[in-house]
Amino acid sequence: MTETSPQDILIIDGRPYTSRLLVGTGKYRDLDETRRAIEASGAQIVTVAIRRTNIGQDRDEPSLLDYIPPDKYTILPNTAGCYDADTAVRTCRLARELLDGHNLVKLEVLGDEKTLYPDIPATLEAAQQLIDDDFRVMVYTTDDPVMARRFEDMGCVAVMPLAAPIGSGLGIRNPYNIRTIVENAHVPILVDAGVGTASDAAIAMELGCDGVLMNTAIAQAKNPVLMASAMKKGIEAGREAFLAGRMPRRAYASASSPIDGTFFS
Amino acid sequence: MQVLINGETDTLEDGSSLADLVNRLDIQGKIAVEINGEIVPRSRFATHLLQEGDRIEIVRAIGGGSGAGCLLKSE
Repeated sequence: MTETSPQDILIIDGRPYTSRLLVGTGKYRDLDETRRAIEASGAQIVTVAIRRTNIGQDRDEPSLLDYIPPDKYTILPNTAGCYDADTAVRTCRLARELLDGHNLVKLEVLGDEKTLYPDIPATLEAAQQLIDDDFRVMVYTTDDPVMARRFEDMGCVAVMPLAAPIGSGLGIRNPYNIRTIVENAHVPILVDAGVGTASDAAIAMELGCDGVLMNTAIAQAKNPVLMASAMKKGIEAGREAFLAGRMPRRAYASASSPIDGTFFS
Repeated sequence: MQVLINGETDTLEDGSSLADLVNRLDIQGKIAVEINGEIVPRSRFATHLLQEGDRIEIVRAIGGGSGAGCLLKSE
């Protein structure tokens, strides 16, 4: 970042981050590609899933945490794929044990396989149980300003509205809602899900979001490492544009050269 | 005794500890274990004796973003 804002730091749960791009680790060809894409993205917060060990099958399989070491990245366990509050809470407790007491989690409780939209009543229930159990909750939700406020009020450390359905790459479907959520918020607002390409990430940041979490848009690009680099720049460009403050839109032209002193008047 | 490990039935010697099971399964890398819905901390693997009918979940971290099938089925 330039002299305009040398101290533009994202703080989540008291920890400072210079990158506003958060990335998932799913859908890559292999762990090496995962590592290279994450490096190119500049992300400092990386989501992981918690899954059953394949008994007797992964004896020599490398571990994800060897490729994205917890001393270098903030590992964000994700309750991806949970369809009820109880399973989501159990997943977070297992993650906390797995990561030696690390209590920052991304909560998502899904309601429907076709849309992967969050089940809001179940998400509220799980968020409350997790907060009561000393977790720090970053919550995936719809782009509903009232729900975003509700999650903030109950103590979630970040609210993460979807931009479009998970994995759809449709971009920011409802920019006015995202902007309203940002305007109301006192915790970081991160767009989670729906970004398809770098301009989508830039739009999210221009709306004033504090960051963007994405996975498929990078992992399913033809060249994931190059797209990770593009996303990094899109996030940075959008953030700087937001901080700079865009010019007002006008219905008609406005000359950008001085009118005075022309020789052809 | 019969137990359920990650949804599969297995037979263990009576008196087996959780540490005995983890060694027998030859699991490498970081794991976390839940038995009958309760976390068993790594520090208690050696002293935690398994019981007939225990439902044991052994998990690890893998690549993931959002969505995609969950692992732990709700009971």
